[in-house]
Amino acid sequence: MIAKKNFNSRLIVGTGKYKSMTECAKAIKLSAAEIVTVAVRRVNITDKKKPLLMDYIDPRKITYLPNTAGCFNSKEALRTLRLAREIGGWKLVKLEVLGDKKNLFPEMIETLKSTEILSKEGFKVMVYCNDDPLMAKRLENVGACAIMPLAAPIGSGLGILNKVNLKIIRKQTKLPLIVDAGLGQASDASIAMELGCDGVLVNTAIAKAKNPFGMALAFKNAVIAGRQSYLSGRIEKLLMGKPSSPTEGII
Amino acid sequence: MKKIKKIKIKVNGKVNIINKGIKLSNLIKRLKIPIKKVAIELNQEIIEKKNIDRVVLKKNDQIEIVHFIGGG
Repeated sequence: MIAKKNFNSRLIVGTGKYKSMTECAKAIKLSAAEIVTVAVRRVNITDKKKPLLMDYIDPRKITYLPNTAGCFNSKEALRTLRLAREIGGWKLVKLEVLGDKKNLFPEMIETLKSTEILSKEGFKVMVYCNDDPLMAKRLENVGACAIMPLAAPIGSGLGILNKVNLKIIRKQTKLPLIVDAGLGQASDASIAMELGCDGVLVNTAIAKAKNPFGMALAFKNAVIAGRQSYLSGRIEKLLMGKPSSPTEGII
Repeated sequence: MKKIKKIKIKVNGKVNIINKGIKLSNLIKRLKIPIKKVAIELNQEIIEKKNIDRVVLKKNDQIEIVHFIGGG
């Protein structure tokens, strides 16, 4: 449940980096995601034949989550999301204010400022952030509707680098916790879910896989498996072995 | 015949020469922009779509027309 709306799928997928719109639409279908992230950019006014995202992914069927990718300060991010809202009333948004162009880490001071302003303006803000429990708490305090810490730098595919921090954030917040950015393969999504996250957001790992359709399906299943595993309660970790067959009655 | 005055404006960063007195709605129509799928900014201020008929373009106006594309 995000901003009082229920979703069946715990997987959010990005719509960038695909070879074509057709490929993107098919991968999304296979992933069974109900929310997709989208970027706000200039309309190409000279080439009208360029395919439009909305013609391939129906915003009435799939929830569009406008992002602020490419914004490096609060002013740019606010401008982008206000424009997104004007396109068609989008209030559920993904805030992403980046700090530097090289590693794409979030600029948390600007992110915090923007979260507060946007929340006051009535936006439902899902916030891309560092895996920092203190910052996560502050975002919550200024009105974020979901906390979205990175697993690793955007597009790096390194997987979850700091499980402990994610666990701590999970413990302290009741808000939806969604791991965003840095996942490389389906098992990374399972790990995120097993840590107690409510969902994951993936783009590059699916779009740039050798077979995006296969990877979309793998992520779908990994998220389901991870969640089921988390809910089922894992066994305790032991240092020594413990036989699975009875020791009594051995011949 | 009276000569129509031309003015210079910028649309998505590109210079456009248009007739003086043209409304924002005329420009959107002429560029064949699917109005339902975009948002419009005039000099960094959002213009609500229902109001584009009321805006007469002026010299050096900067217009941004944006839409959704693939992103992460």
